[in-house]
Amino acid sequence: MHPLAEKMLRKSALPSIYCPGCGHGTVLNSFLRAVEKLGIYENMALVGGIGCSGWTPVFINTDTIHSLHGRAIAMATGLKLAQPKRKVVVFSGDGDCVAIGGNHFIHAARRNIDLTVVMLNNNIYGMTGGQVAPTTPYQARTQTSPRGNPEQPFDACELARAAGATYIARWTTAQPAQMAKAMREAIEHKGFSFVETVVQCPTQAGRYMYGTSSAVKLYEMLKDNSVKASKAGELTPEELTGKIVVGRLLQKTDRPEFTEGVYGLSDAKGA
Amino acid sequence: MNRIEIDNDFCKGCHLCIAVCPQEVLEISKVRSGKGYLVPRVARVDDCTGCLQCEMTCPDLSITVIHDKGKKEADHA
Repeated sequence: MHPLAEKMLRKSALPSIYCPGCGHGTVLNSFLRAVEKLGIYENMALVGGIGCSGWTPVFINTDTIHSLHGRAIAMATGLKLAQPKRKVVVFSGDGDCVAIGGNHFIHAARRNIDLTVVMLNNNIYGMTGGQVAPTTPYQARTQTSPRGNPEQPFDACELARAAGATYIARWTTAQPAQMAKAMREAIEHKGFSFVETVVQCPTQAGRYMYGTSSAVKLYEMLKDNSVKASKAGELTPEELTGKIVVGRLLQKTDRPEFTEGVYGLSDAKGA
Repeated sequence: MNRIEIDNDFCKGCHLCIAVCPQEVLEISKVRSGKGYLVPRVARVDDCTGCLQCEMTCPDLSITVIHDKGKKEADHA
């Protein structure tokens, strides 16, 4: 076992529940690296939603909530307000974050509360059997859209930007070192920070949407379709179709942070 | 020379490590782990440059690359 796993993972929960080749494990790997580098293992709290992604914090031997479907960010908001000195990180899936918990997501971004949301985007509802999700690509075949998905997908990073998040990054499992760096920056950032990680799902998205259950082929697909944000500006919208724009998409410090505002107000009134 | 340790108890045989290695150090072995997965094998350890791609990509944290200077922690991240 890797020394980081030896130090931080719950041995009783291992091996992980993930299918062979699932990208969620790579995100967990990157997160452990980011935590080790920051040295916040003793001072963090993790919140997970429901689904494959919600299991990610459960493997880490620290203060963890495995919350209700979609309500991970709502739980984390309460946790952060009760214990403002903690570093609170939310792990949420694409369905969990922008479908069922979509309102919590945009309102946490609007408040600019000091949370880090890691969204694990596998383009599908994996655990429940491969239903169409709000991030499923247009015309993709899934279990509930056998003739192709008629809906346009969400771009979660643009949603976060519009709602007022102050740190946004997107990486795929083909760039694990950059993903770890983005998580580090997101945790250090004061304000609502959002890291979208695009992961492969060999069992559901792979078999039905992309026609292969090989994790290696899906990994190569993610790698080939990644476009750096600095180069994406030169491409036309047609050329960007089907591509994943990766990189740090936004970092700003001009908006006030919510927790500080709450405690600042109560202090001013002498409460 | 770098050393690569693979924990067969946690490996699920996805072979991502073999795909990401730029030097083709790892290969599929004929050995099945206790759960029946075909685990990777370190075939050409002399070619390992210690880039840690395999270690960082492994979804089950079952690979550890130990650099020859006794340095175990990754510089990345």
